[in-house]
This record gives sequence, structure tokens and C-alpha cells, in this order.
Amino acid sequence: MTATDIPKPAALVIGGGIAGIQSALDIADAGFKVYLVERSPSIGGRMSQLDKTFPTLDCSACILTPKMVDAGRHPNIELLTYSEVTEVTGQPGAFHAQIKKKPRFVDVDKCSGCGLCAAACRLTGKVSSDFNAGMGKRAAVYVPFPQAVPLKYTVDPNECIFLTRGVCGKTFKCKDACTAGAINFDQKEEFVEVDVATVINATGFDVFDATRRPELGYGTYPQVITTLEFERLASASGPTAGRISLNGNLPRRVVFIQCVGSRDVGLGAPWCSRVCCMAVAKQAHLAHDRLPGAEITVFYIDIRAFGKGFEEFYDRVRHEGVLYRKGMPSEVLRRGDHLVVRAEDMLLGEIVEVEADLVVLAVGIAPRKDATQVAEMLHLAQDATGFFAEDHPKVRTVESSQPGIFLAGCCQGPKDIPDTVAHAKAAASAAMILLAQTEKAMVTSYAAN
Amino acid sequence: MLQIESRPFARDHDLFACVQCGKCTGGCPMTLKTKLNPRSLILRLLTAGNGFDLEPFPELWDCTTCSTCAKRCPKQVSPMEMIIGLRSAIVEKGAVHPNVKAALESTFRHGNPLSLPREQRGAWAADLGVKHYTAGMEYLYYVGCTPSYDPRGQKVARALVALFSKAGVDFGILGNDENCCGSEVRRLGEAGLFEMVVEDNTGAYKELGVTKMFTTSPHCYNVYRNDYPKNGMQVQHYTQVLAGLVADKKITFSGSLDKTVTYHDPCYLGKHNGVFDEPRAVLRAIPGLKLVEMDRSREKSLCCEGGGGRMWLEGTNPATRLAMMRVQEAAETGAQVLATACPFCVLMLDEAVKTLNLEEKIQVLDVAEMAAQAL
Repeated sequence: MTATDIPKPAALVIGGGIAGIQSALDIADAGFKVYLVERSPSIGGRMSQLDKTFPTLDCSACILTPKMVDAGRHPNIELLTYSEVTEVTGQPGAFHAQIKKKPRFVDVDKCSGCGLCAAACRLTGKVSSDFNAGMGKRAAVYVPFPQAVPLKYTVDPNECIFLTRGVCGKTFKCKDACTAGAINFDQKEEFVEVDVATVINATGFDVFDATRRPELGYGTYPQVITTLEFERLASASGPTAGRISLNGNLPRRVVFIQCVGSRDVGLGAPWCSRVCCMAVAKQAHLAHDRLPGAEITVFYIDIRAFGKGFEEFYDRVRHEGVLYRKGMPSEVLRRGDHLVVRAEDMLLGEIVEVEADLVVLAVGIAPRKDATQVAEMLHLAQDATGFFAEDHPKVRTVESSQPGIFLAGCCQGPKDIPDTVAHAKAAASAAMILLAQTEKAMVTSYAAN
Repeated sequence: MLQIESRPFARDHDLFACVQCGKCTGGCPMTLKTKLNPRSLILRLLTAGNGFDLEPFPELWDCTTCSTCAKRCPKQVSPMEMIIGLRSAIVEKGAVHPNVKAALESTFRHGNPLSLPREQRGAWAADLGVKHYTAGMEYLYYVGCTPSYDPRGQKVARALVALFSKAGVDFGILGNDENCCGSEVRRLGEAGLFEMVVEDNTGAYKELGVTKMFTTSPHCYNVYRNDYPKNGMQVQHYTQVLAGLVADKKITFSGSLDKTVTYHDPCYLGKHNGVFDEPRAVLRAIPGLKLVEMDRSREKSLCCEGGGGRMWLEGTNPATRLAMMRVQEAAETGAQVLATACPFCVLMLDEAVKTLNLEEKIQVLDVAEMAAQAL
């Protein structure tokens, strides 16, 4: 009997954000095979969209990219990007999963990631970029961001002229440009079947839809953006190369509004999203740093700076001259070429109108819109809030309501990056107990035969 | 002294849920002109021990019950209902303004708050040949007090009769048998009288076999939809019915109105009930009409100050009028017509246009009047 003959159980990780990546890496490092499934063209998730991280101001990509690369080339990780898990059956130790690989219309074995196709595409610079939160443009054939893993192009089926209209001029610009012959419009979706001992659900979160608070003017005024959009504006890899500007103009007056879609019982989002206070503190710092002389105001209900180094960072940002005002702004109005944020300054007990060239809404963390479908597929319970329910709120926070299926990261509830990584490592640890038990059973049965 | 027991009051109105964020007050239109502060009132009630004197708060009667505070509160507290509750406590002690007393007494005696005779209620329709509602008709058209008695309101009611008759809608009115819906009674804090009005009307509609109703006023629409006990009766504001008729091509406009129009969302139609699109759909269907929006539109519409019993109360700062600010906002859009869909709004805005001497520049019209003109 040789070591390679002994069967080894595998794990399925659903979602390739920082939670899924961390869980996958830990399990793979322990020697088990991992199928890491991500529905978008690249792993990286929300964290890849962030500029700096609080409270240390580490560059998000600098922390994340090495982990993405490790996951991409780990011998024990099989990356299934642009793929979706469609069915999971079985029981702890013996799950069976069906995974749909969506057609990229690009042969990943041939694609070198050179980008000639995107440069040639008739829609270059015309398609709204999801990765840039709609603030930048790309082509219909694209990689979401330069550090994508895998660095392979994907044809967007909702945008590509050929795929939406059946014809794209006399000749395929992308196909003609590709020297590797990688563009392949004949690709069809494929299904992959895998046997795994355990599943980790790391499906992440959506950001709150700010149009649900119409009084704040998101979607009406171009000067009102979300904190996620601010990240893309501030990011060196973003649409403005890190220049915090709107239509080329640098704002002189920036107002941040906390708790948009958090702590909001009326809109069914009663939870605190846990990251917004510090994300805004960090963004206020970036605004202070990159917009010299700008007046920066943060409106808040309470400041929750509970993590390691958080209160100190909040102190630092105020020292820099960021003005914190207690009060939840009630509305944003237009005044000529700028906006005013109308609020009761609670501590003054007065109504104030603060002029703004840029208003940033600290949008909360919300359950994924399709969390219910995932819950049905995996037979998982959800909280009343829509996040996935843990088995016990204190002592079993990575165990789901289904034995053998574990939760990692924000799909279980709002978390910042360190908490997400800790949760993902805990989920991996719980999964590895099952993997080790399954392996032992396999070895015993192998030896018996 | 107008002492109330603040502790049970705070509990009944869920004031302990308040996180003192000030979102209510920041959006309260009354803060543009008076010292009404719903947020600090909540804190005062919570911290008053068990006795709270309402005497120093005449601004309680400034509230127009526009519902901005309640709609925006992240904790589902309703400062608006708190204020109505505080008014109730004052009404119970009889310490109300003579105008309020008169309006309430008239509602009790004459079925309208305007101190006008009941037997004159249906006079506006005498020459129109409108049918009296009988069982089996599709709709009861609930006209309301202001459209029944006020000459300006009557124009709107007549326009609606013309529109619905043209579209072949099967409807009738109650004429002199119609009774006040009690919306303003409730918002002035006369809970007992409101209960009585509800009982009378509910009984009457049941006896008549009313299944569907539309109203002229968003205030009546709101009270039937949200404050009456659910009884299976479907209530709509006329703009909703009209928008349906326009969409189904049962009303087509052969005329045209070559005018730039801006639409003022009435609080009781928009904020209270989320009806924003139907009035606009009717206006857009009128040939030649160009609809422009004010900055404060839809959920941010500026209250005209006609609601919450304010038709009978000047409030603590009568010199500054929100209706005047609103007319100016409308004029700034370049609109020749300020359209709305509420009898109170029409009256308040009309008066503001006159006060501002803007009659040459801008005209206040109800959506119904504009639609009828374009038939």
C-alpha cells in the first residue's frame, strides 16, 4: 500500500472572497483537497475592491493578493471560478455536489491574460464595471481587475454584442486580436460532479441598496456615493487612479453619513454592520490626506470603535481635523451647484445645513439577495434577518443548522476583515475535524479490503 | 398646567425605542419656522419622571402630521403619533383653541368641520346629474368636506365627475348623506369623536354594500385605508383610478395643454401612502404638457401646512408659510402650473400664490382639473 493509493476526503468551499480563500488555504495546507467555487470570473471578493484597510491602513490588495495567488497555485486547491454550485446531496463525510461551469467563451488553457481582446472589443470603455461599483468602464471581454486569479479573460454574456444580438460586425474583433486563438464562442456550460466530506458556505454579503432611503439622494444626485464607491475612487487601481474626484473636480467639502441601511428597523435591517464606523473613519482620513484643506464632516448616531486599535484610529482621525457631529441627517437637498445635508446636530440641539460637494453614505452589510436560494440548496436555516443561522450564537458560530456544512465570514452576519479571517479559520478547523474523521474511516475501510 | 402621566404615555408610544438620532427633527418641515422638536420632546417625556406639563409646548399644534418623522425613523417610532397622542391629552382637558373646538363640534353636529349645514353638502352636484350611490354600483365616490363645500374644492369635484362620466365609470355619490371621514378629527386628537365617526360611516357603508371607493382628498383616502378597521372595502385615491383609466385607454385626451407643469406631492398621498407615480402618469399622458420636477419631490416634498388640523390653526409662526416657500420652489423650475392632487394643498398653495403676487406667473391646479381640461 502506497500513500497515493489511500483515498483522501475533500472539501467544497462555496465563495472565493477572503473567507473562502482563507478556509480553502487552511484545509489545503493540512493536506486535504479543496474545491473552491467562485461564481464571478476571479476570486478576491469584496476585499479586492477595498483601497486601504482600517485601522492600520495596510493596502487591501497587498494583503489579499498573495493569498489569492497561493490559492490559485496550491496543489491541493482546485479553483472553479465563473462556476456555481447547483446541487448538494448526501451527508457529513459523504456529500455529492454538482457544479455548473459557465462558459467564459475563452479557452483558459490558451488565454495568457494579455488583454489584446479587450483592447480590440467594440465595447471597450463602454461597459459599466461591477468591480469598480459602476464607476469605471471596461470592455465586454474583461478581467475584473489586474490582479485577478485566474488572470483569464471572460466574455460578459449580458453585454457582448455577438452574444446579445447574434452578430458583431463583419468579423469578431476580439477573436482577430487574440494571438493565442483563445476566444471560443462555441463554449457551452459544463457540469462537474464532486464527492466531498464537508462543505463551507462562504457566500459573503451585498451592500445595502441606498435608494431605499430616497431622502438621502443616492441615484438622484451624482455627488452622493456609497462607501464602496468611495473605495474605488480612492483606490490606485480604480477608475480615477486614486484621485478622489467627481467629473474631474476635487471636492472641497465632504460629508459622510453613518448607518445607512444599518440599525434601521423600518427597512428590515436592524443590525449594526460593524464595519461602517471604522470604514468611514478610514475614508475620512484618506479624504483628509488626498484633498488638502477639504472640510470633512462625519454625521453619526454612535461611534462603535470596539476592535483592536480602532478607538486609537478614531482619535487620530479627529486630531487630523475631521469634524464629528452627532445626528442622523434627515435629507440631502440641492442648492445651486452643490448639495446641503440637513440634520439636527443633537448636541447643539439645532438644525444645521452642511454644504457638500461630495456626500458619502456608509452603506451597511446586507444578506445576499439570493441567500434564500443557497439556503434551500444546502438546506440551511437563515436568521430572521436573512443571514445564515449558526447552530449556537456563542459556542457554535461556524456550525450551520446542517451537520457537515460550515459557515465562514459575512454570510453568517456582518464582520470586518480580521473577524472574517478568524471565522474562516475556525470554519476550516471545524471542517478538518470531519475531514480527519472521514479520512480515518476511509483508511480503515481501505485496510480492511 | 396641562399635566399628563408621561410614563405610561411613553410606553404606549414606544418612546423607549428612540435612539435620539435626530433624523425626525432634521427632516421636520416645521423646524423651518417654529421650535417644534420631536426628538427633544421624546427625551423630555422619557426623562420627566411621571408628570409632564404640556402647557409650555404650544408648538404641538404646529405639527401638520406630514409623517416625514415617522417614515424616516430608523427605529419605527412615530413622533407624529406621539404628537397626536399629546393633543388627545389636551383635548380631553378641553384646553383647545376655539377654532379647534368649533371644527370638532361642527363635525359632531353637521358631519363636517366647516360649520356648514348638512343639507347643503350635495348642492355642488345638483346640476350634474350624478347618480346617488346604490348597492351594486362599482364605485362610491367619496367627495369629502372641502370639495363638497368650498368653491375651489367644488371645481375639483366637478372635474372628477366629468372625467369619470366620460370614461363610463359606474359610480355614485352620497350627496347630503355623506358624512365627514374624521381624518382631521383624529389628527386634532379627538379620539372619542373619531371612534364615533368611524362607527357611523362603517355601518353606513356596510348597509349600502359599498365594496370600492375613491376619494378626492388624500386625507380621506388615508383615513379609510389606514385608520378604519379593515372591512374588505377597497379604497383608492382618484389619481390611482384615473391613472388606470388612462393606461387602459378608457380616457384619452383629445385636447392639449401646452404648459410646463411641476407636481407637488401631497403628504397624505405620497409620504403616507407611497402614491407618487400615478398622478405623474396622468399628467404625462396629457398632450403638450411638459412635466418638470422640483428638487424637493416625492419623499422629500415640502408640506403645504394644510394637514393635521392646520386648516383651522395658524400655528405659532403664521408669518412664515411653507406654502409660500413651496410656490417659490415651483416658480424656480419655470413651471406655469403647480399641479397637485389634494384639496388642502390646492387651497394653501393658491393662497400663497396670491400673497406672493405670482398669479401672472404660476397657477395652482388639481390634476383632476388639468385632465378634465384636456378631454
